[in-house]
Formats: sequence, C-alpha cells, structure tokens
Amino acid sequence: MARKHRIPLPALAVASLVLVTLALVLVFFVAPNDADQGFSQRIFYFHVSIAFTSYLCFGAGAWKALRHLWKRDPAADLESYVAVHQGVIFGSLVLLTGSIWAKISWGHWWLWSENQLVLFLVLFLFYAAYFMLRFSVDPGPQRANLSAVYALFGVVLVPVSFMAIRLAQHFIHPVVFTRHGAAFGGWILATYLVAQFAVILLAYTLYRVELAGKLLDLRIRALRLA
Amino acid sequence: MSTAEKYVTAAYCVVFGLVLLYVVIIALKMQRLERDVEALEEKRPSDG
Amino acid sequence: MSYLSDVRALARKDLLLELRARDTLPAMLLFVVAVFVVFHFSLPEGSSDVAASGLLWVAIVFTALLALGRAFVPEREQRVLDALVLSPADRSAIWLAKSIATFAFLAAAEVVALPLFALFFHGLSGQAIAGVALADVGICAVGTFVGATAVATRARELLLPLLFLPLAIPLIIGGVGASVVADPGRYLGFLALYDLLFGLLCWAAFEYVVVE
Repeated sequence: MARKHRIPLPALAVASLVLVTLALVLVFFVAPNDADQGFSQRIFYFHVSIAFTSYLCFGAGAWKALRHLWKRDPAADLESYVAVHQGVIFGSLVLLTGSIWAKISWGHWWLWSENQLVLFLVLFLFYAAYFMLRFSVDPGPQRANLSAVYALFGVVLVPVSFMAIRLAQHFIHPVVFTRHGAAFGGWILATYLVAQFAVILLAYTLYRVELAGKLLDLRIRALRLA
Repeated sequence: MSTAEKYVTAAYCVVFGLVLLYVVIIALKMQRLERDVEALEEKRPSDG
Repeated sequence: MSYLSDVRALARKDLLLELRARDTLPAMLLFVVAVFVVFHFSLPEGSSDVAASGLLWVAIVFTALLALGRAFVPEREQRVLDALVLSPADRSAIWLAKSIATFAFLAAAEVVALPLFALFFHGLSGQAIAGVALADVGICAVGTFVGATAVATRARELLLPLLFLPLAIPLIIGGVGASVVADPGRYLGFLALYDLLFGLLCWAAFEYVVVE
C-alpha cells in the first residue's frame, strides 16, 4: 500500500533545514522595515506562507481523496489523511501567528475584521470534525470513502466561506482595519518567495515523515499478526 | 533593530532551528527503521 | 422518468411516516417557541432589531438540526438503508427524497415560527423570507448528506452538529445579510450559489456515503 517516493526523506529534511534558515536570515536581517508597521510586519512573511501552504495541504488532501474515490488508488486514503493533518497543523499556526500579529499591531489577540483569521477558524472547525468523523468509524473502505467525500467538501467550502466572510464584514464591521499591502519590490518579493518555498518544503517533509511513520506502523502490525 | 526585536528574532531562529534539527533526526531514524522492517519482512516467509 | 418517481416514492414514505407518527414536527414547533422565549430573555434592554434577526437564524439552524438528527433514524434502526441501497434506485435519489422531506418539515415549522417571530420581535421583510427559503434549501441539502454520514459512524447524533455547523456558517451569513441589509441582492445571490454548488456536490457524492 506504499507509494515509492523518489526523493529520500533525510535529503528532504536537510533541504528544509537549509531553506528555512535562509528564509529566517532574509526575513530578519535583509528585508527592509515596513513603513507603517515596522518590525511586526515581518511576521507576515511566515503568516502568509503558512496560510498558503495550509490551503495547498487541504488541496492535496482533496486531490488524494478524489484519486481514492475515482481511481481506487490503494495508497490514496492514508495520503489524503496525512495531507489533511498537515493542513490542520499549519492552519493552527496561521491562527497562532495571526493572533500574535493582531496583538502586536492592534492590541487585540483576536480580530473578527481579519478575513483570513475568521476563514481559518471556520476551516479549523471543519477539518477538526474530519478527525472526529474518521476516528468514529472502524478502519475499512467505508471510513476511506466517508473521509474522502468530506475532504472534497472542505475544498469547496474554502472559496464559499471566503466569499461569505467578505459579505459578512458589511453588516458586522463597518469599520475595517486597513492594512497596507507591502509594496512588492526587490528584497521584499525575494524574501517572501524564499519563505513561501521554505514553508512548502517543510510541509512536504513533515507530510513524508508522518506518512512513512504510519506505513511503518501498519507493516509492523502486519508482521506481528503474521 | 532594538533589543526587543533582537530577542524576537533570536527566539524565532532558535525555535525553528530546533524543530528542523528534530525533523532531520526523525527522518534519519525513519530511514533506518524502514530498512529494518524490510529485512524482517524478507525473513518472515522463510519461517513459514 | 423512473428517477423522479423513485424520489417521489421515497419522499412520500417519509412524509407519510411523519404524518402517522406525528413526533418530529410538533417537537420542532415547541422547540422554536421555546427558543424564541429564551431569546427574549437573552437580549438585553435596548438591543436592536438587527440582533433579533440574527438570533432568528440561530433558531432556524438548531430547529433544522433537530429534524436532521431524526431523519435517518428509521432507516438505521430497521436496516431500511441497506435495502434501499440494494434496490435498483439511483443512490442519489435517496438523498434527494430525504432532503425534500426535510425541507417540507422545516418549511412547515417555519410557517408557524416566522409569524410568531413577527409577533414576539419585529416583522420580517420579503427579502428576509426569500433568504429563509433559499437558506432552507442549502440546510436541507447539506444537512441530509451530513446526517447520512453521521449515521454511518459510532458517534452518530454527537457528530451531526459538528459536521453540519461549519458548512452552515455561509448559509447563516447569507441569511442574516439578506435580512438586515438594505440591498440584499448579493446575499440572496450568494445563497443561490451555495445551494447550487453544494447541491451538486451532495448529489454526486451521496453514492459513496452509503455504499462500502
């Protein structure tokens, strides 16, 4: 039930280490200070990268889910589960880093006016229920089917929720905290790209690690029963 | 950078560094475990 | 077309069962009235009309949950779902029929609840009622789907609200928006989009929920 991956795990881990270190150096020492918010804006390089990576993970989970339902790929169910798991981990980090930024910038630990934060809160609720669903069914084809369908629902929910939350701001928050987008030039763009790629690589490494661990666990269990 | 900012930077770097070091260690351990399990799986059928 | 007659037969079964048992609908009505009374005491003096409008949606969603929790109980207890799956009917017909029946119950409850709300709190505009109608479609479509999923698990009724509420949040936003905003077009349009998207998704995916 395992897929043979081409890139060995230790190589991925070392590459992640190198790239994230580079990203940290760029974010804290090289990128220029934001005109409006100063130092605290730097957290955005990671906050945005982590958010995008989280969406990627949920997308990957939905893709694997589709492969399970449509192509009956035997490895896809576990891969979908691990991808969703990584998505939730990184999603929680979005909430954490976003909350820290909100406290530094606006003095509140939570801002209902921040669309990104509210969206991730809704997604967190949705995907947390994914795990409750999965652990409430015994392992087998039905659990795989139910999980796959739910993962697909999640991916449709992302744009729909985003639209809804934007609409909600009209009647919930007439006063919107405006945030200046960074003028994307030179070092700012380069730093962001490095940070983004570093976080994606880190997520993929963690995904491979968790997948390998789970597959190993299954094989050892099979050996014990044999 | 002010002192507070230096501490925040240092904290980020230390935390990330430790996490990534841990990931490298786990990755190496996982590779070794996989080799062991493969060896065990090859042995098993001969035991019957 | 045989598909539509399957749907009609299944929906008729659910409606007849309820007509004879008369347990779900009265419970929903009593629940809604009780919730309105609770709202009155929950809203402090000087709360705006808008706050009450918002709470109406809370009432609708939780009343719907009441009906949805009961929706698949007969199928599960008497193993009817297995029989239905074995029948030559398209599996999605099961979902469609159950959604239609649930919509009927919810609409019947709202026929009483909405005038009551107008009596207790404030009148409801045409746009609010349009919002309720559109949102009901989404609630029943997604709720039925999620109800079937929950029934397949060990946790069952415990899982239903957890699975349903995150999916219902966009509906609540659309509904509240349609009720309170001067120009509700965007919100009603959004509700219609939700109904279309998730309706299609539920219709296509229901097969995988009931089959191994």
